[in-house]
Amino acid sequence: MEILYAILIAPFVEMGSYPDLFIQALWDGFVAGTLYGLIALGFVLIFKASGVFNFSQPILVVLAALSLVSFYKMGIPAWISVILVLILFYVLAWLVERLILRQLVNQDGNILFMSTIGLTFIIIGAAQWIFGGVPSAMIVNELGFPNGSLEWPMFDGGVYFEMIDISAAVIAVIMIVILAVFFSKTKIGRGLRAVADDHQAALSVGISLNQIWVIVWFVAGIVALVTGIFWGARSDVSFALQIIGFKALPVLIIGGFTSIQGAIIGGLIIGLGEKIFEIYWGPLLGSGVEGWFAYVIALVFLLYRPQGLFGDKLIERV
Amino acid sequence: MFDDKNQEILLDVSNIEVVYNNIILVLRGVSLTVEKGGITALLGGNGAGKSTTLKSVSNLLRSERGEVTKGTISYNGESIKDLDPADMVRSGVIQVMEGRHCFEHLTVEENLLTGAYTRKVGGSEIQESLDLVYNYFPRLKERRKSLAGYTSGGEQQMVAIGRALMSQPETILLDEPSMGLAPQLVEEIFEIVKQLNEKESVAFLLAEQNTNVALKYAHKGYILESGRVVMDGPAKELRENPDVKEFYLGMSEEGRSSFKNTKSYRRRKRWL
Repeated sequence: MEILYAILIAPFVEMGSYPDLFIQALWDGFVAGTLYGLIALGFVLIFKASGVFNFSQPILVVLAALSLVSFYKMGIPAWISVILVLILFYVLAWLVERLILRQLVNQDGNILFMSTIGLTFIIIGAAQWIFGGVPSAMIVNELGFPNGSLEWPMFDGGVYFEMIDISAAVIAVIMIVILAVFFSKTKIGRGLRAVADDHQAALSVGISLNQIWVIVWFVAGIVALVTGIFWGARSDVSFALQIIGFKALPVLIIGGFTSIQGAIIGGLIIGLGEKIFEIYWGPLLGSGVEGWFAYVIALVFLLYRPQGLFGDKLIERV
Repeated sequence: MFDDKNQEILLDVSNIEVVYNNIILVLRGVSLTVEKGGITALLGGNGAGKSTTLKSVSNLLRSERGEVTKGTISYNGESIKDLDPADMVRSGVIQVMEGRHCFEHLTVEENLLTGAYTRKVGGSEIQESLDLVYNYFPRLKERRKSLAGYTSGGEQQMVAIGRALMSQPETILLDEPSMGLAPQLVEEIFEIVKQLNEKESVAFLLAEQNTNVALKYAHKGYILESGRVVMDGPAKELRENPDVKEFYLGMSEEGRSSFKNTKSYRRRKRWL
């Protein structure tokens, strides 16, 4: 009886008696969720357009954050550094297309996947060689993001909204809206989806795969940069940052590998779920729940809804 | 009536040899011409090299690890060797691939719009092309909002042809439009091909296994066997040719005959 009470009733009683704490947990979970969503978005973009599960996406996030900070340390103004990072990612996208994707055209998905693992190690090596691996702080203030936090008194206590978290959420939302419109309404977006569906047919109507791949890797690079800035602000900018990339896997499984909305909503489910679960149910399980919660949810999805919430159903004509 | 003697040659394939993966020799000396405004049929059984021939013209070959190792292909007098498929579409040659290859997760209308990917024109001109396609394929207009993956085989073939039409092509390379379709639907598709040929003056290079229908609509034909052209001529002559009748149309001097009764030494006869 006691255990049932502890699982089914006590957490809700606690939520009700300290609403400020609950709202704080929701907000923290929401921000973490949008950031998970952003990482997953990078995967989704490349998966949609080239059918490749891009193992190197997390390291792209690290590369973005690291190169941004390093450029700034060289004495380049913050916003110019951002532009330099964008140029760097464009060059990278072009190189990936020339040296990897073009050579492996019409090969099996697994071969392409393996090539992105190779790419990951090349980027790690190159980044360590050029930028060094010393952890450093993200240049948040220099980029003009507001500092400090808002305190919103309510009930007996108060809820803190970090300014950087607010910026992260706002920018993530703007980015998602732009990408969704880009994919569904523009000619290039339509081309991207066409390539995702059928390479050969896309080629036959005159869509240049090479051009599409450069675009999509570049866009994934931009997403990585935004992710890198805000994750970098939450922890340090170092190679350890790529660990959070693995959090994107459950997000993808929940949201579906091919859906932009799915990536975001999957991110929110994981972000909110693990925060709430950690605070209210965690003590029962000896805490540390945040580490595995996402994977358990993903497992449930794999069992009952393998295409995810918004993933493309396999279309089969009978 | 179309007369191929007086027409200018659009596409000139001259003695090409095609190798896949640097090792598999598929075409060994194929030559053919496609005239402006004509329907040219490319006939032959499975593995004869029909699709490969079309892909070497549209340059889709390279993405399948194939390569033209000998011979030349020219379109409007210019070599197409260094062009990619997008360049070919821009210069007026588009391929409708075997097995339709619609974009399943795009709607019918979005599928059609991808056909205009290479055109740099305003929305009103694209809309005009869309209306033209819907005019030829009224059924697609009814289904424009449904995902192409959920449409029937015949509708998918229409989407594939309509999509090609959106690029305002001069020549369509049509690969096995009859594949997996009911005979009535095959006739319907071929009727539309004929209309497009006559009214929009689109030239067709048509790869078909269905010799009967293809020779009914084509102006001239080539018969491929094991990567070689073994016979060519005006469609009418091919239809009358006793060997074609026997091997591809299942007819003999005594009229329709069963494959079972064909003597084996006759059956094995090849024009090699």
